[in-house]
Amino acid sequence: MSTLDRAGEAGPTTGVPPVDPDEAVTAPARAPRPPNRRPGLGGRIFVAVALVVTTIAFVYPFVWLVSASLKPRSDVFDNRLIPETLTFDNYIEVWNAAPMAAWLLNTAFVTIMATLTVTISSALVAWGFARYQFRGRNFLFGLVLASMMIPGAATMIPTYLIWDSLGMVGTLTPLWAGNVFGTAFYIFLLRQFFLGLPTELFDAAEMDGAGHWKVFWHVALPLTKPALVVVALFEFQAAWTDLMRGLIYLRDREDFTVPRGLKSMLDQFGFGGEWHWELVVTASVITTVPMILVFFLGQKQIIQGVASTGTKG
Amino acid sequence: MSTATAPGRRTRPATRRRRGEGGRHQGRVALLFISPWLIGFVVFMAYPVLYTVYLSLTDYDVINDPSFVGLDNYRELMGDEKIRLALRNTFVYTLMSVPAQLAVSLGLALLLQRAGRAAGFFRTAFFLPKMTPPVAVGVLLLMLLNGQNGLLNEFLGWFGINGPNWTTDPAWVKPGLVIMSLWTVGASVIILLAALQEVPEELLDAARVDGAGWWRRLWHVTVPIISPAIYFIVVVDTIASLQSFTEAYTAFFGAGNTTYSNDAALFYAIYLFQQAFEFLHMGYASAMAMLLFVIVMVVTAVQVMLSRRYVHYTGGAR
Repeated sequence: MSTLDRAGEAGPTTGVPPVDPDEAVTAPARAPRPPNRRPGLGGRIFVAVALVVTTIAFVYPFVWLVSASLKPRSDVFDNRLIPETLTFDNYIEVWNAAPMAAWLLNTAFVTIMATLTVTISSALVAWGFARYQFRGRNFLFGLVLASMMIPGAATMIPTYLIWDSLGMVGTLTPLWAGNVFGTAFYIFLLRQFFLGLPTELFDAAEMDGAGHWKVFWHVALPLTKPALVVVALFEFQAAWTDLMRGLIYLRDREDFTVPRGLKSMLDQFGFGGEWHWELVVTASVITTVPMILVFFLGQKQIIQGVASTGTKG
Repeated sequence: MSTATAPGRRTRPATRRRRGEGGRHQGRVALLFISPWLIGFVVFMAYPVLYTVYLSLTDYDVINDPSFVGLDNYRELMGDEKIRLALRNTFVYTLMSVPAQLAVSLGLALLLQRAGRAAGFFRTAFFLPKMTPPVAVGVLLLMLLNGQNGLLNEFLGWFGINGPNWTTDPAWVKPGLVIMSLWTVGASVIILLAALQEVPEELLDAARVDGAGWWRRLWHVTVPIISPAIYFIVVVDTIASLQSFTEAYTAFFGAGNTTYSNDAALFYAIYLFQQAFEFLHMGYASAMAMLLFVIVMVVTAVQVMLSRRYVHYTGGAR
């Protein structure tokens, strides 16, 4: 992992671009410490042991889950790390017991649509706030920030009624289409990033005759790629893992997303009459794995994005 | 709208130069750029909030038109035993999980800071659970914290501890949920780790020279300096905890006619969801939503007030 390079002493991250890939936000150790600051042998052993123990606590549930999904029905709860009898039957059975392929496709569709729309629209809005002076700008941006504080419950029911009146309940549309309007948090993140870019660049492009749209699309946006990736990854996770909207808007089993489907399998095979925890476990693995894969692909951006979200006042 | 064309805090000579003649034109272009949010704000934020206020004064079951009932829903809300239970559950859970999450994530961040070369590996390990879909976390809760054969109790058994029935004993349901919430503190760890990088070594050295031990340095130097990050985490975690839904709903509430409810896990958001979408008491649920709205606002306002006292922003940046 490239985090091993102790990427420069980038100093306090007061500069606005929060996600410069080479920034030292995540580099754990600064310059080598003078000897007097180094913890003693006892301290180092403590740190090492504590790190290993906590790591096991954080990773073990995944291992347990995957291992349980490879066990026959009777052994699911035996807590053995290596299955006594190893079988892939559960995966085949899940495929027969539930329309898993449809669920995966539905979720992929919703996730991709949600991610694409929210990234583009949030960037548009952020650019409008970052680049231009206009009457009421501070007031409107205050509204953007304030809207982050409104709990989802306060808008949930009328939002449902809107989609209902559009005849969209029972379709996948309500799960993503709200995203075409942008999301306050992403607008905030991207605006911060835009404000960190040198204005001269855009002025120069305008002098050269580029229109507003061209400056945004061909000059600003390419420079924003790291921040756009962060927003896309955040939204990918939010959309992939969302259960609530699936519960509210989806009716037919065929139309479920994977989280919604997993919940229905738990109701059917876990709490319900049919005792098939091995299927619930396997469906959990199937729900989780795509997210974990995306995490490993975008790890650096996700972690740097997260690191930068909490450091601004 | 009184602040009108007040220039942004950042001085931006280029745009200001053009304000004379092109100001109006700029405004129109800017409105075009922000129009997606403007439309979305009106349609999916302002209107729904106002409509929730209205619905909270009605009886509404989706099938028949809303009928105005005045403050009846709110009156009923005051006397609803289940609301009281749900509120208590939610507050107890929040008061347990927010400090626990903060303590654990700060501990892990401090550990990571000393991890040297391997920090990248451990950081990934700590962050991984954050990527697990909450519904899968709910399933894991049922399996790992199971009273009969769960992994956690098996582990406690090594130390001769007879673990409780985390998933069925009302006294242990919320602690179990807190334990699962600790599993997903990865994001807070990363945020705190980033903040820890900003603590000036000179200050720690000065404290060391003055004879301050590890604990005193942490409490009197490190914590005040990273207090903005701590504050951010506390606010975000509190708001999230007050609205907890997915893990507890997955683990303890069957959709439709499956019953596995454990009232110890009946969080406010779950009861609200049930009222709205299972019992179709949309008016009553709207009143509940208004109450949640007020609670979140009050809690946040209190936190803002406290932050003025305890959060230190160094360097004047932001």
